[in-house]
Amino acid sequence: MKVLVAVKRVIDYNVKIRVKPDNSDVDLTNVKMAMNPFCEIAVEEAVRLKERGVATEIVAVTVGPKAAQEQLRTALALGADRAIHVETDERVESLGAAKALAKLVEEEQPGLVILGKQAIDTDNNQTGQMLAALTGLPQGTFASEVVIDNDKAQVTREIDGGLQTVELSLPAIVTTDLRLNEPRYAKLPDIMKAKKKPMDVKSPAELGVEVASKVKLLRVEPPAERQGGVKVGSVDELVDKLKNEAKVIS
Amino acid sequence: MSILVLAEHHDGALAGATAHVVAAAQAIGGDIDVLVAGENVGAIAEAAAKLDGVSKVRVADNAAYAHLLAEPTAALIAELAGDYSHVLACASTTGKNVLPRVAALKDVAQISEIIAVESADTFKRPIYAGNAIATVQSEDALKVITVRTTGFDAVGEGGSAAVEAVDFVADNAQSTFVKEELAQSDRPELGAAKVVISGGRGMGNGDNFKLLDGIADKLGAAIGASRAAVDAGFVPNDMQVGQTGKIVAPDLYIAVGISGAIQHLAGMKDSKVIVAINKDEEAPIFQVADYGLVADLFEALPELEQKL
Repeated sequence: MKVLVAVKRVIDYNVKIRVKPDNSDVDLTNVKMAMNPFCEIAVEEAVRLKERGVATEIVAVTVGPKAAQEQLRTALALGADRAIHVETDERVESLGAAKALAKLVEEEQPGLVILGKQAIDTDNNQTGQMLAALTGLPQGTFASEVVIDNDKAQVTREIDGGLQTVELSLPAIVTTDLRLNEPRYAKLPDIMKAKKKPMDVKSPAELGVEVASKVKLLRVEPPAERQGGVKVGSVDELVDKLKNEAKVIS
Repeated sequence: MSILVLAEHHDGALAGATAHVVAAAQAIGGDIDVLVAGENVGAIAEAAAKLDGVSKVRVADNAAYAHLLAEPTAALIAELAGDYSHVLACASTTGKNVLPRVAALKDVAQISEIIAVESADTFKRPIYAGNAIATVQSEDALKVITVRTTGFDAVGEGGSAAVEAVDFVADNAQSTFVKEELAQSDRPELGAAKVVISGGRGMGNGDNFKLLDGIADKLGAAIGASRAAVDAGFVPNDMQVGQTGKIVAPDLYIAVGISGAIQHLAGMKDSKVIVAINKDEEAPIFQVADYGLVADLFEALPELEQKL
């Protein structure tokens, strides 16, 4: 079974972001970028499926600027067999990305597509679900366990209040939650080998899709700052402040 | 304009979150219909009809919609969406699962987790783990939106909307429900609690979370956790507060043994009053805490419980 894994280049999750002074967007110049953490989990799951003999080939894909090839190389170093880069400098959000991915699903005919549940930049949590709708495939979102059995996938999902297990016919779309697995690190020899693995570059026009976001970003601003607080010296003082100053307990 | 709100429900009862989504719909303006989908949902529909501001409750009561699986539920909403300018659901795991699928079926964008309504097509939403607030405008004829419930005060209950049945039954050969394992708790729901007390890695192990029980009981609080505590296996993941867990905004949030990583702050920094108890006085949590106590939690927690 062929597995398609979608990855996204995002700001590194440890970076404290800055809003541009003109409030047009977040400032990404000279900021450390990385593979979205949920995408790392998606790649890891694909690699484990291959190690278990379930997956035969792993194709890593991304939609974004030229620099996103770094993240595809990372995926190749982690165990993906080849990569496809849909190159665009447009501001792409979920629907555009899902449309490009749907074309790749049509071309590649994978048995399973794995994505992260959300990207930590836009925090949308949409692309996997949209890809499932566009391809007419079932979806297993927020997965904390995936078991492939013949032509079915049993997906355990993290839902509010606990866990839910659903059975999906294959092919299917799965999005990863944090506890699905612990991603491995790329080893130096694998990073070297990844440079020789094949990478196709396509344009959205070649795929026949429009990827630019139709949602206008009017303004980006920092959130309201919290007032600086005080340190209290004892539990007594804390209880007193909560009762008499903040009045949140009685 | 007319707005369709997908009702959130659990265990045969309408979830409080729905009243917050109706409030967001009121801020947009227009007729508000509530869709109750599921199996044996008559009582839930009656509860939804009582919400202030609701014109009509549409009930899709069929085994096809049991557990609100994404495939049939999205097909149902897409079928009804032609009558509406906006489709709203709360940003729960159900809303997040279903609404993007609806949006793609209708070839429109979806706007996630709005916290404010500027106009019928312009909304505010947090991005980058809540470290920036984006104002976005949708050019689509149909706006498909999930609502962060902490951004809107719930509407009251004085309404008496008409209830009518929806005949459409989606066929679904692709997905089947297997089982659910829900965490049992007598405490208030994390997302709706007025007081939340959360433990982090500093709790040391799962047993030590019992130190929070007595305080939670005295304050009527829900108990939460940081991702570190969940990943370490101290507590189940549905207790996680943060960008990847639940977003809470209680009157009082007490963070115990939590350093205050960006990911955690994204889930709780809209709380009215934040208290941090941590033995590391350099911990970033103290930068957002209204009241900080630098102390060993194993001494501070029993003392706090006794003095409440």
